[in-house]
Amino acid sequence: MLKHDQIERSVTLLIVLTLLVVSVGGLLEIVPLFFQKSTTTPVEGTKPYDAVRLAGRDVYIREGCYLCHSQMIRPFRAETERYGHYSVAGEYVYDHPFQWGSKRTGPDLHRVGGRYSDEWQRAHLMNPRDVVPESNMPAFAFLASAKAKDTVGADIEKKMEVMRGFAQMRGIPTYSDEEIKGAKAAIGDKTEMDVLIAYLQGMGLALKNTK
Amino acid sequence: MSDFVSQFWNLYVIVIVLVSVVGCYLFLLSQSKATFTPGKATGHVWDETLEEYNNPLPKWWSWLFVITVVFALVYLALYPGLGNFKGVLGWSSTGQHKAEVDKVDAAVKPLFDKYMAMDLKAVAGDKQAMEMGKRLYLTYCMQCHGADARGAKGFPNLTDGDWLYGGEPDQIKETIANGRMGVMPPHAQLGADTIKDLANYVRSLSGLPNDAVRAAKGKEAFTSAGCVGCHGPEATGMHALGAPNLTDKVWLYGSSEATIIETITNGRQNQMPAWKEFLGDAKVHLLSAYVLSVGQAAK
Repeated sequence: MLKHDQIERSVTLLIVLTLLVVSVGGLLEIVPLFFQKSTTTPVEGTKPYDAVRLAGRDVYIREGCYLCHSQMIRPFRAETERYGHYSVAGEYVYDHPFQWGSKRTGPDLHRVGGRYSDEWQRAHLMNPRDVVPESNMPAFAFLASAKAKDTVGADIEKKMEVMRGFAQMRGIPTYSDEEIKGAKAAIGDKTEMDVLIAYLQGMGLALKNTK
Repeated sequence: MSDFVSQFWNLYVIVIVLVSVVGCYLFLLSQSKATFTPGKATGHVWDETLEEYNNPLPKWWSWLFVITVVFALVYLALYPGLGNFKGVLGWSSTGQHKAEVDKVDAAVKPLFDKYMAMDLKAVAGDKQAMEMGKRLYLTYCMQCHGADARGAKGFPNLTDGDWLYGGEPDQIKETIANGRMGVMPPHAQLGADTIKDLANYVRSLSGLPNDAVRAAKGKEAFTSAGCVGCHGPEATGMHALGAPNLTDKVWLYGSSEATIIETITNGRQNQMPAWKEFLGDAKVHLLSAYVLSVGQAAK
């Protein structure tokens, strides 16, 4: 049998055995998730992000919205009363990477879609205090003067192809060639704010009115 | 939530979990048997003089370890953890959420039922109902209409007694339940000059300073350009369309000439989201009563 003396004197053996021990948690808690239907198949009504929303999602990531906003409604009454149905794994199948976040300086955004009007979202992004005087969110007025096609939409076809690759790996519905070809046209002259609002307004609709 | 694609993953989890737990115990056991002499160095020397002892594990520590192993096995029997096995208690996070919701629902249902049976004006006069209404308002409505219900630019003030879609109890309830879509079409085709005339006329309607000559021309344009279609011949608005009364002192977007010109030129659109599906009838009822009471307080 192995003696600790041998293990300590052989760096290779020490590394191999250490890796074996620390990987048990991941092998048990992460790997099986890739083989569960509830985590790999989309919830009914969950669709791939269209070109505009995908670009908007990149604005969301670039501006670090996830630093203050979560996208994960936990199964507690206090949360489901305020935000709506708790989040389920099948709603995130098109998120690479997901935007769960880990801190809520602002509210959760997972079901913000349709909660406010587009005009509210615009006024709020221009200057949050115009509509919510108590807010400490920064203003994002500059998003209204940048064209999405020059920034987040510049390589939108490539992004969609990558997303399609992920979806094909799992065998779930994804973009057609036409959708990818029409991506630039769909984004058109929209500003970064327009695409961000489109992204926000599409969030969490699958279970929005489910009790 | 174990809906693995194949039975393999069920067994995979069970086997690794049990082998790990039992393996830890056996490892502890093997290390507890003294195969060495306490207090005697192992003969393993580093850095010239550092020696290593291999004394037996303290008893209290070994027992703590045994307790954690027992705890793990009990836990795995009671709660979901072993593959598809749901645990003896049948616990799930969604089940716990449902129990929590059902418990509160059962407690508040008599209250909601009581208020549902009352008409909105009566609910608006009920102190407890208004406490509840206020909390609902602060959760779902204040983001647009403000914590004090005085609104913001583009979002109606609920306390001023002026109603785009009508302030009768049923109209308020309809607004909250099914939402509203307000559209003022753009009128850039009228030309900047006519639009300026119109803006002066609109300002004259509510007694704001204006250019009388332009206002007179604006009055004609008000009819010829079709403004009367929505705002009415007296410019007092129309609840069915959500067309605002232009003769009062309430301004949704602002009363300056520049703002009015912007409104006429580019049009305005805004939306009140529908809440019936999300909140359910009982909460919509209480909120309608609360909004009614807030509006009445202003009078």
